[in-house]
Amino acid sequence: MSFLQIDKAVKQFGGLRAVDGVSFAMERGEIVGLLGPNGSGKTTLINLISGALPTTSGAIHLNGQNLTGLRRDRIAREGVARTFQLVRILPSLSLRENVMIPAVFGRKAHWGAEAERIASAALDRVGLAGRAMTAAGDLTYIDQKRLELARALAAEPEVLLLDEWLAGLNPTELRDGVALIGDLKAQGLTILMVEHIIDAVRALCPRVVVMNSGQLIADEATEVALGDPRVIAAYLGEESDA
Amino acid sequence: MMRIILPLAGLVLLALLPLWLSDYGLGLMVGAATYVTLASAWALFSGHTHYVSLATVAFYGIGAYTVAVLNEVLPYPLVLMVAGAMGAGLALIVGLSTLRLKGVYFVIFSFGLAELIRQLITWYEVNVTGTLGRYIFLEITTAGIYWQMLGLGALTLALTAWIHRNRLGLALRVIGDDEAVAAHSGIHLARVKLIAFVLSAVILTLAGAITSPRYVYVEPSIVFNPTVSFLTVIMALLGGANRLCGPMLGAVPLFLLFEWLSAHFPDSYPIFLGLMFIAVVFVLPNGVIAGVETLRHKLREARS
Repeated sequence: MSFLQIDKAVKQFGGLRAVDGVSFAMERGEIVGLLGPNGSGKTTLINLISGALPTTSGAIHLNGQNLTGLRRDRIAREGVARTFQLVRILPSLSLRENVMIPAVFGRKAHWGAEAERIASAALDRVGLAGRAMTAAGDLTYIDQKRLELARALAAEPEVLLLDEWLAGLNPTELRDGVALIGDLKAQGLTILMVEHIIDAVRALCPRVVVMNSGQLIADEATEVALGDPRVIAAYLGEESDA
Repeated sequence: MMRIILPLAGLVLLALLPLWLSDYGLGLMVGAATYVTLASAWALFSGHTHYVSLATVAFYGIGAYTVAVLNEVLPYPLVLMVAGAMGAGLALIVGLSTLRLKGVYFVIFSFGLAELIRQLITWYEVNVTGTLGRYIFLEITTAGIYWQMLGLGALTLALTAWIHRNRLGLALRVIGDDEAVAAHSGIHLARVKLIAFVLSAVILTLAGAITSPRYVYVEPSIVFNPTVSFLTVIMALLGGANRLCGPMLGAVPLFLLFEWLSAHFPDSYPIFLGLMFIAVVFVLPNGVIAGVETLRHKLREARS
C-alpha cells in the first residue's frame, strides 16, 4: 500500500456526486498537483482527506492507517495538515499563538518552550519572524497566507494539503511562494496541492492528477497531462464539429 | 510572588469584613460575591468561546432547589455535593446534545432550557408532590453564606487563571476564533467545550445552592428568574468576559447599581436593566478593560 492511498472516494451531496469514485496514490516525499476546472471537486476531495467532510463511500489510508470516518482532529493528529481556499486565521491570537496551535494540539503535543520554538521556526520559514507578537487580525492578505502555511508546518505533518495557496499573490510573492514550497519538497514533505497557476504546477509538481465533474480524468506526468486532450477539453470545453 | 500575595491579601481582607459590617452591608456583600461568582463562572465557558449562554439560572435554580428539597434530609456538605453533581449531570446531558449549535441557536436553546426546567419542576411539584413552595431552614448565618460564596468566587478566579495558562484555555480561545481551524489543528471540539461547560455549570449550581438559605422560601418562579441570567451576561460583558478580572469588575458596580435602583424605583427598574444591556453592547462591546486599553493606546499615539 502506498503512503497516501485514496480508493474509490465518493462524496454525494443530495443528487450531486461532488467526488465520484476517485482513486490515486502518493508515495512519501512526493509532490502532486491536483488540477481541474472550478467545481470539479478538488476542494471537496481535500475536505475528504482532512476529514472536514465524511466520505459517502470509499477509503483513504495514510501510512497504512485508515482515515475514513475519523474526526477532523484525529486526522490532524495522524499527520494531515491543510490550508484553506479562503484563508482562515485566528484574528484575536498573536502570530506565535496562531502557529503554536497545531504544535500544542497535534500528534506530538508540545507545550511551553518547545511549542514556542516550533512556532518561531515555522514563522521564520515563511518570513514572518520578528512579528511573532502581532495580532493576526492586523496582517495583510499575503501575510495571512504565509501565516496559514506556517501553522500547517508547525503541525510537523506527514502530508500537507494546500488548497490554492498560491492564488491571489502578485508575481514577486508568487516567486517567493513557489520557492518556499520547493524548499518543503526538498526537505521531503509529502504535498498534495490544488492549484490553478500552471507555471507553479510545472515548476513544482512532476506529476498531476486532474479532476472533472467529480471524476479523475488523468493521473500522469505534468507535461503529458497539460497536453492531454481530455484535460484540455475539461478546461476549455469540447471542440464541436457543428 | 506579588501576583499571589496581593489577591490573597485582598481575600483575607474581604473575609474579615463581616466583623465590621452591618447586617444590611453584609447582605450586600453576599449579593456582590454571588454575582462575581456567577459572572466569572459564566465567563469561564462563554468568555473565550463566545457561546453566549442564558442558562445560568437553570443551574443556579437547580442548586437552590436541591437545597430546598434535601436540607432536612442530608447533612449540609452532602447537600452541596449532591447539588454539584446535579449541575454536572445536567451540563453533561445538555452539553453533549447542544454544544454543536452555534450563535443565536445556542443562545435561544440555553434560554429555553432554563424555562423548561422551571416548568418541569413546577409541574412535578404541583402534580406529584403537591407542594409548590418549599422552605429552607438551615442554621447558617449570613456571614457563613458570605464566607462560602467568597471561597467559591476565589476558587472560580483561581480556576480561570489556571485554565488561561493551560492547554484548555488556549483551545477555548481557538474555538472562539474559528472552530474549523481548531478541529484541523487537532483540538477535540466536543471534549474541550464539554469540559469548560461542565466546570462552569458546577460552579453556577453551587452558587445557587450556597445562596439559597437567604431565600428561606423557595419556589420555581423565584429561583429560576431569567433576570439572573441576563444580569450575569451584562456584568461579564461590561468588565470584559475574556479577562480574568473582567467579570468581577463588571459585577460589583452593576450589582450595587441595581440594588440601588430596585430600592428607589422598584417598578421601573427593569427598564434600566434593558438600557444598560443596550449601552454595554453598543459602547463597550469588549468590556471596560479593553475599552480603557484602547483609550490609553489612543492617548499615547496622540501625544507622540
